[in-house]
Amino acid sequence: MSTELTESAVPPPTEHSAAPSRRTFIATTTAVGGAVVAGGLMTGPAALAAETGAAEAPPSSRVSLTVNGKRHALTVDNRTSLLDLLREHLDLPGSKKGCNAGACGACTVLVDGRRVNSCLTLAVRLEGAEVTTVEGLADGDGLHPLQQAFIEQDAFQCGYCTPGQIMSGVGCIQEGHTGSADEIREWMSGNICRCGCYVKIVRAVEQTAHGK
Amino acid sequence: MSPQPQAAVGAPLTRVDGRLKVTGKATYAAEHDIEGVVHAVIVDSTIGRGRITGIDTRAALAQPGVIKVISHLNAPRLVYRGNPESIDPPGNKQLRIFQDDKVLFHGQPVAVVVATTLETAQHAASLVKVRYDATKSSTDMASAPAGEPVNYARGDADKAFASAAVRLDVTYQQPRAHHNAMEPHATIARWDGDKLTLWDKTQWPVGTQKDVAAQFGIPNDSVRIIAPFVGGGFGSAIRAWPHIATAAIAARETGRPVKLVLSRKQMYFGTGYRPAYEYRVRLGSDRRGRVSAMVQHLKSETSTYENFTEGVLHAGQMVYNAPNVRQDYRTVPLDVNTPVWMRGPGFATAAFAVESAMDELAHKLGIDPIELRLRNEPEEDPSNGLPFSTRRLRECLATGAREFGWSRRNPKPRSTRDGDWLIGTGMAIGIMDVPRMPAQARVRLDADGTALVEAATSDMGPGTYTSQAQVAADALGLTMRNVTFRLGDSTMPPTPPHGGSMTMAMVGSAVQDGCDTVRKQAIKLAVEDERSPLYGADAGNVVVRGGRLHVKDNPARGETYGQLLTRNNRTHLEVLGSYTPGETRFSMYSYSVTFAEVAVDARLGLVRVRRMLGVYDAGRIISPKLADSQALGGQVGGIGAALLEHTVTDHRDGRIVNADLANYMVPVNADIPDLRAIFLDGGDDRKADPIGVKGLGEVVHIGVAPAIANAVFHATGRRVRELPITVEALL
Repeated sequence: MSTELTESAVPPPTEHSAAPSRRTFIATTTAVGGAVVAGGLMTGPAALAAETGAAEAPPSSRVSLTVNGKRHALTVDNRTSLLDLLREHLDLPGSKKGCNAGACGACTVLVDGRRVNSCLTLAVRLEGAEVTTVEGLADGDGLHPLQQAFIEQDAFQCGYCTPGQIMSGVGCIQEGHTGSADEIREWMSGNICRCGCYVKIVRAVEQTAHGK
Repeated sequence: MSPQPQAAVGAPLTRVDGRLKVTGKATYAAEHDIEGVVHAVIVDSTIGRGRITGIDTRAALAQPGVIKVISHLNAPRLVYRGNPESIDPPGNKQLRIFQDDKVLFHGQPVAVVVATTLETAQHAASLVKVRYDATKSSTDMASAPAGEPVNYARGDADKAFASAAVRLDVTYQQPRAHHNAMEPHATIARWDGDKLTLWDKTQWPVGTQKDVAAQFGIPNDSVRIIAPFVGGGFGSAIRAWPHIATAAIAARETGRPVKLVLSRKQMYFGTGYRPAYEYRVRLGSDRRGRVSAMVQHLKSETSTYENFTEGVLHAGQMVYNAPNVRQDYRTVPLDVNTPVWMRGPGFATAAFAVESAMDELAHKLGIDPIELRLRNEPEEDPSNGLPFSTRRLRECLATGAREFGWSRRNPKPRSTRDGDWLIGTGMAIGIMDVPRMPAQARVRLDADGTALVEAATSDMGPGTYTSQAQVAADALGLTMRNVTFRLGDSTMPPTPPHGGSMTMAMVGSAVQDGCDTVRKQAIKLAVEDERSPLYGADAGNVVVRGGRLHVKDNPARGETYGQLLTRNNRTHLEVLGSYTPGETRFSMYSYSVTFAEVAVDARLGLVRVRRMLGVYDAGRIISPKLADSQALGGQVGGIGAALLEHTVTDHRDGRIVNADLANYMVPVNADIPDLRAIFLDGGDDRKADPIGVKGLGEVVHIGVAPAIANAVFHATGRRVRELPITVEALL
């Protein structure tokens, strides 16, 4: 058993060691600012074919979009959701995957100022879009007032739904759905918090909306 | 020793990790940036029982980017030597991943696809064609045979019941429920030679480490678990479920770091759940409400390969002072995956049955439900004769009744209306035992006046980072700013599972011990150091405040840790603190009373919770702001259990039909009114542990569902004995 383990734990085949990591990909994006290929696809069909014996890469498309003020021109797998683009390719895991089916709201981001479930949004349809994630909400070291209110009201426990709650709360406030606690509850009900922090989420949104 | 001034403990502080969480910078299991990581997706069985007769991987392997498909046909044979410290059901009978062709339940992992991108792995997993020889699966507890019972008896309960003046014989049904923490279970596995690192969602890094080492037959210290943030658990992340070994197998077989994230659907059969129960209660009492007999028959589901049981019998034995009690508890093996503890494990289940039955008895007798409880309140634990470490249920009841306005209640059911809505109030007691396990914590005080405290515990949400730092700050006499608490790494000192409400009490006691020792070492160094202003002072009369040691009644005479350590050429002081539970002669439980007001639409049967109050005897409250959040969260979970949550199985093939967050309903914001929590003052229970904490996370959830069910009865006059209480039950 232990022999088997040692043998099978040898370093990976070399053709992939040349593949760029997510970090080098990001660096490339920053440096060039032009057309690069997202994630593992940049290994190219040739490298993949050498390993699997397969021929064609999956259909992909070019898209350019702005995320948190930074422009990205990318070639993405057509199947890639905005959420997976953010989490797996752009090194922005602040947006969370809770259900990947639009039922929990953990993936909520702003697209052109509107709150959307990024897990249900294909990246390829976001040509020219402006995306704001929780990582882009603070102004340098200064937290967005809703982020600050979440801390003060203790509006989270595990924190996993929190980025989605905050982005949804920003949307809720911008939409003006903060006339009463009941209205906030209604308009924040697309975001599940399993730790059960709803009472304090409502207080945090109220505090921010009314500048308390 | 002079007691240290209390500054941080008991202060309503905000979370020390709050900024990380609100900026998206807290790193959960799937978010660690591991160089060269590839993606794995599990293929689940589509039959409920049988054998795999063939697996066609050609279409999957033809996808560009697919690296490997692993199944029992090509997986390595694992060792499964058993982990003697495991908290799994006994017998080392866990599901053995990819070790043979047997399918034991619908959704069992039968293969895993590894590919360079997530999209490719997901698509390729859908292309794996598995052929089965399916046999009929058995998933319905009502029609399957039960095993041998676990029994408890005192007095002669059957005889006492037969001769009781007032008798109640009722059966309660509770459904299977899933934790559904927001973060899906996820593991990144990387082998470096024969060393395995797992970035994993776990409530017990050291437990997962030893379980995985046992599965692979390698030394414990060849496995390292890293879990700095856990996106909720509620019990689901307390065992090392099969996907963890799957990720490790995939990483070993491909020579790559592998990321494996369960889909929401896969969490319904890839991790555990609260088992379904049938709980029959027979209560006998005299006409004044003195309960003379409690006969209880319990039945719960388990898997065919492991016998899962939990602490479901305590409540029926010791909440009330009945002289005659008999219980039998059977499990029913089904073609399902194994259940696991879920918030308030066993105790929440028992509370629904026992507290509903007490409410029924109160109604039958025409006695107020609170008064009925007071008439049956024991002076010592009736199950073992032990004195209680603390039991302040009478205070909980009195405080709750006053704050909730119980005296305004018209006892007659269906007597209060608000337009179309029938209004009702109800209450229920919750208890949770205080399990005790050893814990350790390393404390390092540096010459710059900062301290680092480490323990291999978790923070799935209660605020371990913050509350442990509060304990350390006071014990060391430092400000919170100068104390850092780290957790979530199996190389740190071992702790109990982050569950059973043990973390604050056990880890906190170890932190207290380590910090006390460091402080005493520093004081000793000072009073024996001729160059110290504290030279010759009575060590027992020196306290530390804001990092400065001084004589208690003469603050001018003293110096800082930094001055002391630097002058003595010490870079730091370091100690391994520990907590080891000794023999106890006390019965130790946390207690709660939950009050609920509901409105039920008279024509539509809709139930809305209008307000709720919990009163808690949970021992000392270290971090009141965070405790308040935890209590309200427990109430929200209870609203879910009472009104919404129910895992539904199609018994034709064992498929779970609502394995998602749209059809398995959990409370959303609009379901939750203002909630309130009260912690009894002066809660220290030093008989329970050195820092006087009994535990909070479970007891705040226990008793919520029956309080709501009792309120629904009061509102409507309809007694619903099956959870969740749906519209259909009230039409």
